[in-house]
Amino acid sequence: MIRVKLPHHLQNIAGVGSEMLLDIEGPVTQQAILDALESQYPVLRGTIRDHATQQRRPYLRFFASGEDVSHEAPDAPVPDAVATGAEPFRIVGAIAGG
Amino acid sequence: MSGVRVLVGTVKGAFILTSDAKRENWEIDGPHFGGWEIFHLKGSPVDPNRLYASQSSDWFGQVIHRSNDGGKSWETMGNEFLYEGTPGTHQWYDGTPHPWEFKRVWHLEPSLNDPDMVYAGVEDAAIFLSKDGAQTWHELGGLRGHGTGPDWQPGAGGLCLHTILLDPKNEGRIFAAISAAGAFRSDDMGKSWKPINQGLSSEYIPDPTAEIGHCVHRIAKHASQPDVLFMQKHWDVMRSDNAGDSWYEISGNLPSDFGFVVDVHAHEPETVFVIPIKSDSEHYPPEGKLRVYRSRTGGNEWEALTKGLPQSDCYVNVLRDAMAVDSLDPCGVYFGTTGGQVYVSADAGDQWTAITHDLPRVMSVEVQTLP
Repeated sequence: MIRVKLPHHLQNIAGVGSEMLLDIEGPVTQQAILDALESQYPVLRGTIRDHATQQRRPYLRFFASGEDVSHEAPDAPVPDAVATGAEPFRIVGAIAGG
Repeated sequence: MSGVRVLVGTVKGAFILTSDAKRENWEIDGPHFGGWEIFHLKGSPVDPNRLYASQSSDWFGQVIHRSNDGGKSWETMGNEFLYEGTPGTHQWYDGTPHPWEFKRVWHLEPSLNDPDMVYAGVEDAAIFLSKDGAQTWHELGGLRGHGTGPDWQPGAGGLCLHTILLDPKNEGRIFAAISAAGAFRSDDMGKSWKPINQGLSSEYIPDPTAEIGHCVHRIAKHASQPDVLFMQKHWDVMRSDNAGDSWYEISGNLPSDFGFVVDVHAHEPETVFVIPIKSDSEHYPPEGKLRVYRSRTGGNEWEALTKGLPQSDCYVNVLRDAMAVDSLDPCGVYFGTTGGQVYVSADAGDQWTAITHDLPRVMSVEVQTLP
C-alpha cells in the first residue's frame, strides 16, 4: 500500500485523516498516485492538479524520501521507500505568514 | 414565526447569522470551511434550505459546496469549469493578448424556479450554468463569444463576472456585469448576449463612452420593475429605465459617487441604497464616516443614514457583493465590511446595529427571509 499525506484543507474536503492508504497496481509514479487518489476521492479532482491542464497547482509541492520531486516527470517511478510504503508521499502546500 | 438567515462569506470561512423577525438577537454559526476564502454563498429562492457556496484558494483552486439543510451540513460538488470550445484570449493589463484561464467563482445565482439550477459568474469572466445542483457545469459561451470578448480587460481585482440578475417576469432575460468590461444582457436564457453600456462614461478608458471597458461594480433591481436597473459603477451611480439599453447618472448629492454596492428596498422599488467610498485610490468612507445613503426618489436625492454607524475614524470598505435586503416589513438592510463587521437595519436604514464586529474581512452578504 502507498501512504499519502495531504494538507489540512484537503483532508477536510476528502473527510480523511492526515495519512491515507492507496492500493496501486503497476509502476508507482506520481501520476499513478494522483490518479488513484482522485479515483478514490473524486472530491479532490481539481484541487491538486488543474482540471484542464493536469498540471500541479503552483502552490503545491510533492515530497518523497526527503526530496522535492515536484519537477520529476509524472510517469517517473517514485523512490523505493515510497513505492514500498516505508515512507509517505507528501503533498505539501506553500507556507503562508502574515 | 418568520425570521432571517444571513449568509456571510469571508476570507477565512462562511458564517450563518440567524434571527427572528425582530432582527435584534442573533445567533452566529461558523466558521464553515474555516480557512477558505468564501467569495459567495446564496440560497435557492424556491427551496431556502438549498444553499450553494463558492470556496476559492490560491493553493487548491475552486471548490463548490451545497447544503440541503440550510447550512447544517455540506457536500462537495463539481468544480470543473471548462470554457466552451477554444478559449482564445482577452486583453491583459498592458493590452497584450492573454489566454482565458479559469481562476474562481465570484458569484452564485440560484434559479428563481428550480433549486437544482444555478448560475456561476467566474474569473476570467464567463457565465456557467448547472442544471443538476452544481454537480456539473457548462459555459453559456455566447457571452464570451458575442464579439467583444477578446477586447475585455481586467480590473485590478481580476477579469471577474460578479453580478448575475434574473428576471421573475421574463425567464429568458439575464443581466451580467464584468469588471472591467461592463454590463451585458441576454434575452434568450443566456444563448446570445449584447453589451448594454450606452450612457456610461469612464475617464479611465481611451474612449470614455466606448461600447465596452466600463468597470461596473454592481447592478440591482426590484422584481416589480424589471426594466429599471440601478448601477454602482467604479465612479458614478447610474440608472436605466429600459433594461440597460441606455443609462443616465443619478449620483446627485452623494458625497462621493465611487463605491461598490447598490441595492433596492424590498417593497419600495424607487428606494435605493448605496455606500459611498472616498475614491478609487482611497477605499474607505469619506471623512472616516461610515454612511449608507438612501434615495426614496430613485436616485439624485440622497439622505445620509448614520444612526448606529461609526461616524469617526472608520476606514473600512464594503465590497460589491456585501449588501442585501430581506423582504420583511419593515425591510431589513444588511452589509458587511472589510473590517469584519456585519451591520443590520431592521427599519430600512433609519437605525443600524452591528450583528458582529469581529469576523474576517467580509466578501459577501446575502439574506434569506424564512417563513
